[in-house]
Amino acid sequence: MTATAEARGHPIVELRSVRRAFGATLAVRDVDLSVGPREFLVILGESGSGKTTLLKTINRLQPQDSGDVLIEGRTTSAVVEYELRRRIGYVFQRVGLFPHLTVAENIAVTPRLLGWSEESVQARVDELLALVNLPAEMGPRLPAALSGGQRQRVGVARALAARPKIMLMDEPFASLDPVTRDTLGSEYRLLHERMGLVTVMVTHDVLEALLLADRIVVMRDGVIVASGTPHEMMNERSDAEVRKLMDMPRRQLARVAAMLDNARRP
Amino acid sequence: MNDRLANAWALLPGYLSQHVLLSAAAMALGLVVSLALVVAAVRSARVRWPVLAFASLIQTVPSLALLALFYPLLLALSGLADGVFGVGFSALGFLPSLLALALYSMLPVIRNGVAGILNIDPAVIEAARGVGMTDWQRLWRVELPLAAPLLMAGIRTAAVWVIGTATLSTPVGQVSLGNYIFSGLQLQDWVSVLFGCIAAAVLALVVDQLLGVIETGLARRSRRRVAAGVAALAVGIAVAALPLGRGAAASYVVGGKNFSEQFILADLMTARITEAGGTAVQRTGLGSAVVFGALASGDIDVYVDYSGTLWANVMRRTDVPRREPMLADLRTWLEEERGIVMLGSLGFENAYGLAMRRDRAEQLGIATIADLAAHASELSMGGDLEFFSRPEWAALQSAYGLAFASRREFEPTFMYRAVEGGDVDVISAFTSDGRIAANDLLVLADPAGAILPYDAIVLIAPKRANDDVLRRALAPLVDAIPLALMQEANYRVDRERDKETPAATARWLENEIAARGK
Repeated sequence: MTATAEARGHPIVELRSVRRAFGATLAVRDVDLSVGPREFLVILGESGSGKTTLLKTINRLQPQDSGDVLIEGRTTSAVVEYELRRRIGYVFQRVGLFPHLTVAENIAVTPRLLGWSEESVQARVDELLALVNLPAEMGPRLPAALSGGQRQRVGVARALAARPKIMLMDEPFASLDPVTRDTLGSEYRLLHERMGLVTVMVTHDVLEALLLADRIVVMRDGVIVASGTPHEMMNERSDAEVRKLMDMPRRQLARVAAMLDNARRP
Repeated sequence: MNDRLANAWALLPGYLSQHVLLSAAAMALGLVVSLALVVAAVRSARVRWPVLAFASLIQTVPSLALLALFYPLLLALSGLADGVFGVGFSALGFLPSLLALALYSMLPVIRNGVAGILNIDPAVIEAARGVGMTDWQRLWRVELPLAAPLLMAGIRTAAVWVIGTATLSTPVGQVSLGNYIFSGLQLQDWVSVLFGCIAAAVLALVVDQLLGVIETGLARRSRRRVAAGVAALAVGIAVAALPLGRGAAASYVVGGKNFSEQFILADLMTARITEAGGTAVQRTGLGSAVVFGALASGDIDVYVDYSGTLWANVMRRTDVPRREPMLADLRTWLEEERGIVMLGSLGFENAYGLAMRRDRAEQLGIATIADLAAHASELSMGGDLEFFSRPEWAALQSAYGLAFASRREFEPTFMYRAVEGGDVDVISAFTSDGRIAANDLLVLADPAGAILPYDAIVLIAPKRANDDVLRRALAPLVDAIPLALMQEANYRVDRERDKETPAATARWLENEIAARGK
């Protein structure tokens, strides 16, 4: 257990020796991981590193073959899958809005599954549209009429609808253009803070990880090879693995900084 | 012409309503089963292949055979139920048609349903699981709504098939628009055939359009369109169900096979029963194999069969006795084995005979089957659909050594046309057929006595064995119809010009019988 997680109190999400295999390939090899209250954890890794599989063991979209997943100290294997998932927000790259339902109906899905009154569902939908910066008149539209960025805003709103404590995000902004990606990323980070969420996000984008995370874990070949705050990752780590990973943004930032310097000179 | 058209219109409400109800019930049953199989098939790849293969396999079974196969199956089940629970059910008519048509409706629904669900974007399915839907919630809220347009297209195809195929349910005793077609084909009443075809086609088109309204409604997510289509279909089915409430249940069911003579005799018996104070409905156009079983199980009360048919097909006898001992044997066998009452012979035989155009026979010097054998190798032979597999054919071949240059099978109507047009030289004629005299055909003599006697006999179901009304009504018909009279009656409905309906002919026949003072 890392220093940060301990500092934040009892872990909300805890993985103990979680293993998941697809046939002969081990996607996740006996991983231990804990995420504390209000923590924003980013799992960073290349495609095939097992990061998405690891994320999905948390809401059992991928059941682990061995090991244990605990939410607030209780093992998830004792909970009915769909009830577990209704308590955990899930956002992923391809969004998966229900094409036959309006924006408002998409957002209202989980509250309705939980049997909320129609009144509180409506109120929650309005609240969420505002929260993700969508105009209220988007409510009655079908997803096909939205832009990519708007769709993922709805995706985030849908995940937040039933007031989950935990948000799982699988490369949520990867297919958006850079400007939208940045906007949505920083807006979500604010929501995370305001609502006191626990967020586990998977990305292969180093800069995104650095800008959003409280803590970053690096995965390769199904194991966590490094863990630390963005600051530690950039400045204090001497291992080759991390250094190699951070080199690219560091070089890019240096070049951008140089350009800014040049521009300031008369 | 106008007479026959008026006759066809008068029959339409009854036929159409039965056709609609049968098709709707078969579609409903087929849909329920198909949807269950769709769900099983999309949930498990191991189930998918057998389900799709099964649905395709059914489609390769000829529809008429599928309908016919259900009859003996249900008869056996009914017997079983009667034995176990003391309650049987009617294996005739509605039930076999319903089951066969329901099976027939399944392929397009299953295929489109499975494709519709499997083609849904995997991201949507992942989202459905991710938000915490159960498998059933995912099915009802996501998979079925998204597969609905494709599924509806499959349902449309199925509905058109079912409405078309339902016309084939007539031979298993279910009234449908096929009654126009089957009786029309037999009676060479092309008005009736065409009327049946057009009625079935119009019905199929209307239903297809209404389902199309629902389909576009689903695709455009317009509740109003869906509701309008569903309402129109529901009203149609409700209107079709209206005639069912009317008319008290008839006390007697008169059966009949699928040719002119049987239609006339069924009408004649119905009229006699009505005059004797009973009420009767008809189940005509039944297949030869179906009708005897229907009588034995009590689904019909009375019909006319032929001694040779029962001798060979039901008793499975291969010997060829003389007429009188055969009738005696048959009477005893029917009574003892099946409890069926043989009321008596009507007085004529409708036997198989080999017939040629008289001019052709004279030209070749043929008067008997023995003469024919000498020329057979240069001649072609036409038979009805069952003739060449009947024992008569084997008996003829062995008695006379007949070996024709070629042989072909026809529907009886087309068989007579074929001999008239010279397409074949010899045909398997029925001796009471009016077309023999009318087309100037010569029935060749059978000096060796190879062909079984085929006396027309009135049979009464076991449960009606001691029924006074039936006996009073039908006893006067015994020995009352000589061959020439039946031939003339048959010719009245079979001829091309001044064609009469079987009902009108039955009235004429009844008057003739009365006039002859039986």
